[in-house]
Amino acid sequence: MTGLLAKAGLQMVLLLLVAPLLSGIIKTLKARLQTRRGPGILQSYRDIFKLFHKGMVIPDTASWIFSTTPYIVFVTAALVGLMIPMTTTDAPLSLFGGVLAVVYLLALGRFFLALGGLDAGSSFGGLGSSREMTISAIAEPAMMLAIFTVALAASSTNLSEMAKVAVSQSWKFLAPSQMLAFAALFIVLIAETGRIPVDNPATHLELTMIHEAMILEYSGPYLALIEWGASIKQLVLMTLLVNTFFPFGLSSDWTARGLGLGLIFYLTKIFLLAGLVILVETTNAKLRLFRVPELLMVSFIFGALALISTFLF
Amino acid sequence: MNTFPVGTIFALSLTAYLGGALACLASWQKPALCRYICCGSALAGAVFGGLAAVLGILQGTPFLWSISSGIPLFTYSFEYDALAGFFNLTLAILAGAVSLYSFSYLREFEGKRNIGFFGFLFHLLLLSLTVVFTAANAFLFLIGWEVMALVAYGLVAFYHEDRETRRAGLLYIVMAHIDAGCLLLGFALLMQVSGSADFASFRTAAAQLSNGQQAAAFIFFFLGFGIKAGIIPFHIWLPAAHPVAPSNISALLSGIVLKAGIYGMARIFLGGLGVLPSWAGLLVLIVGVASAVLGVLYALMEHDLKRLLAYHSIENIGIILIGLGAALVFRAAGHPQLAAVALIAAMFHTLNHAIFKCLLFLGAGSVLHSTGTRNMEEMGGLIRPMPVTAFCFLIGAVAISGLPPLNGFVSEWLTYQSLLAGYGATGGLTRILFPLAGSMLALTGALAAACFVKAFAITFLALPRSVESRHVHEAPRSMLVGMGWLTAACLALGLGVTWFLPVFDTLTEQLLGQRVGTNLISGHGLVLSAGLPHGGTVSTAVIGIGLVILLIPAVLLVSIRARRFARKRGPTWDCGLPGLSEENEFTATAFSKPLRMIFSALYQPRREIQAVFDVSPYFPKEIRFESEIEPTFEKRLYVPLKDLLLWFSIRMRTIQAGSIHAYLAYIFVTLVLLLLFGVRP
Repeated sequence: MTGLLAKAGLQMVLLLLVAPLLSGIIKTLKARLQTRRGPGILQSYRDIFKLFHKGMVIPDTASWIFSTTPYIVFVTAALVGLMIPMTTTDAPLSLFGGVLAVVYLLALGRFFLALGGLDAGSSFGGLGSSREMTISAIAEPAMMLAIFTVALAASSTNLSEMAKVAVSQSWKFLAPSQMLAFAALFIVLIAETGRIPVDNPATHLELTMIHEAMILEYSGPYLALIEWGASIKQLVLMTLLVNTFFPFGLSSDWTARGLGLGLIFYLTKIFLLAGLVILVETTNAKLRLFRVPELLMVSFIFGALALISTFLF
Repeated sequence: MNTFPVGTIFALSLTAYLGGALACLASWQKPALCRYICCGSALAGAVFGGLAAVLGILQGTPFLWSISSGIPLFTYSFEYDALAGFFNLTLAILAGAVSLYSFSYLREFEGKRNIGFFGFLFHLLLLSLTVVFTAANAFLFLIGWEVMALVAYGLVAFYHEDRETRRAGLLYIVMAHIDAGCLLLGFALLMQVSGSADFASFRTAAAQLSNGQQAAAFIFFFLGFGIKAGIIPFHIWLPAAHPVAPSNISALLSGIVLKAGIYGMARIFLGGLGVLPSWAGLLVLIVGVASAVLGVLYALMEHDLKRLLAYHSIENIGIILIGLGAALVFRAAGHPQLAAVALIAAMFHTLNHAIFKCLLFLGAGSVLHSTGTRNMEEMGGLIRPMPVTAFCFLIGAVAISGLPPLNGFVSEWLTYQSLLAGYGATGGLTRILFPLAGSMLALTGALAAACFVKAFAITFLALPRSVESRHVHEAPRSMLVGMGWLTAACLALGLGVTWFLPVFDTLTEQLLGQRVGTNLISGHGLVLSAGLPHGGTVSTAVIGIGLVILLIPAVLLVSIRARRFARKRGPTWDCGLPGLSEENEFTATAFSKPLRMIFSALYQPRREIQAVFDVSPYFPKEIRFESEIEPTFEKRLYVPLKDLLLWFSIRMRTIQAGSIHAYLAYIFVTLVLLLLFGVRP
């Protein structure tokens, strides 16, 4: 029990620290690719720190749903982070929730975020909630299909088991089914984390914004919690991708050496994936909202092909 | 002697329902007294029924009770086995909640409507459901089934002065009789083979069924029970009939009357028909997937709160059928253990859907009671005057969206696990169907979440959208108690699922000869596993505890800061316009607009905008917006069918000329034909 708590504590610290760093790096690298200087990789920490030191304005039309939402968004993302193998194959809470629990806990956070968006009564929030729920609903089958492909290969939906199987066959990602599943999940990752070409995290234009529209009325510590939760969710999804498909360097135990080595490998993999996301983001324009389903359909087809190719090969 | 108390308590419950029905009828002239009798005796019946079910499930030995009627083939025989016990338990949970709720709900009937007649129908509905769930004779079952259909018709058409209600009632009764007809044919086929109308004899005679007979009987029963359960494409009566009934009855109709169809399928497909071939299971699975996806897609387009819930019943029946279909396929493929897991998924979702759908309908009933409208576009901001109703509805919404840690998540999780297992357990290309069905289940879940964001937020959040919803009050206490009981059940069945699952051991042992309940539980009784080595595991209890533990530092972090800095109330950003009003709020129609565009091939949406302006079209004085979607099944399937039927009837009229000579000739010809074919040795 204490061992479990210690592992959970360690991973929580890692999660809370790396998530803003990743957001910062993405922002900076993206700026560099656009030949801007960028805010610096520590900017997300500074933002969160700053927001926690501000007062907040709560809309007078809002109910307790509005105030509960930031906690639920943050807490579900953090809990999910404990179910995912980060530096070792042995995730602290893996036994208590596999990949289905991960997907559905994130959905719980999204459910409340959408309610929070509608609670203030402005049309912006409604627009954001409506678009968020629509896009996530269309992304869901593609995501599940790709996840099933991996889960069927490991014959488990338990993420630690999946990681162990992946470690035992490190070069499996060269198999067509795995590559297709990776492509499908990568598209879903872009949609779920609200990046171009699906959503533009840097805009506040009502025609295009999704995530930003939902949280328009939030300020101060509540906004900090939501932003932090969103960056944790982004980290969790990227971790899911790198550690299931490229399990290099995952340590099989919780020794200091294994963890240190695992951490180096983990950060390298995450930043490489972040680089890929940035590349996609800078080389593409944002899609019109009603073109997004087509992109997600492509992802679904990748997922279906992945499934069929496990059957064939 | 061991079975004695179960039988007695069960008989007490039947007596309470029957006595209550008569007492209600007798006291109809004293509305207040009648209301007490109506709710009191139904509650007593529910308590006895629940007690009998719990004892029956715990004892595990079926209890038989048979009285000869003197009519061949027909006996009053009841069998109280694990399956009957499980469905009676579901019925008792709902009947208890609805009786409590009705105590205040019926007050508005006083002086306006006949509570005595309502109570009579209400009790007969509960009685007939109990008979359906326990009958061990085909005729007794059909009598219970028919009484249930007729009584439900009386309740659906209770507000009969409304034309829409009468039409819905008519549609319901027509469909109910088509399904009864199918069942009659199915039972006739089985009786022909077994020579008796007892369910036990069907089970023993199942081996003698030829493949063709088995297939025909399967089709009849699937149609019969499927129409009752509201599968697509036979669902059209459901969204018409359930919303127009009084809300406490809608809760029972969606919660448990639909489940009579599921009960029948479990009873016959896993008992009386022998081992069905795998195509039968696949058919059930595919119909389940179609019902789930189309049900939720139609639900998204509704802004009538009760119709929306009715469409979600179709969706959830689909999810149940996915589990049931998988169980049938596994049974045919010789994997009884997997079949047991899939059956548990289906049965657990049956119970869960009964509970949260009943809760949601009761919540919708409270809202309707306070605002007087079913149209969500006229609601809004109800969370402030009705906090308890809003909380109960929110819990129901989270549960029906399949989100952890509530009960809907657990049964969907089990369904996913059995679908994944299906990939390994079947051969050939059909194995691809299982993960594909899983991905469609994921789509259903996500769309359901979107739909309930809409339903909850538009009804309860933001500003009131009409005068009626500005002056509302919280529902009376007994209504809140009824909802609270179901809310507690949602939480308990979600967080405490590992303690509940062994209940299914006797059920799966009876139907499939497997006990897997204990296989599904590991990790100090906290973790639910898929019953396979290395398979998935999940623990809603730990997820619940984890969420609470993580909440503590988050709350501390915010509240320490918030004490030092002001937490101000301010107006919502309104783009510089003079304040938010109901005109510029987001609506339910707007919320589902993206999905209406994306799935326009299915919906065929049509819209019409008329703007009235003085100077420039950019400054309209008045805008009228009309939007509707095409009711595909009604238009493409039922209208042509109806036209065909009418055409045929008109043609038939030519031989019904009214001439006595012609009729005498018909009789003569019939007689000759009968003599020719009938008397032949």
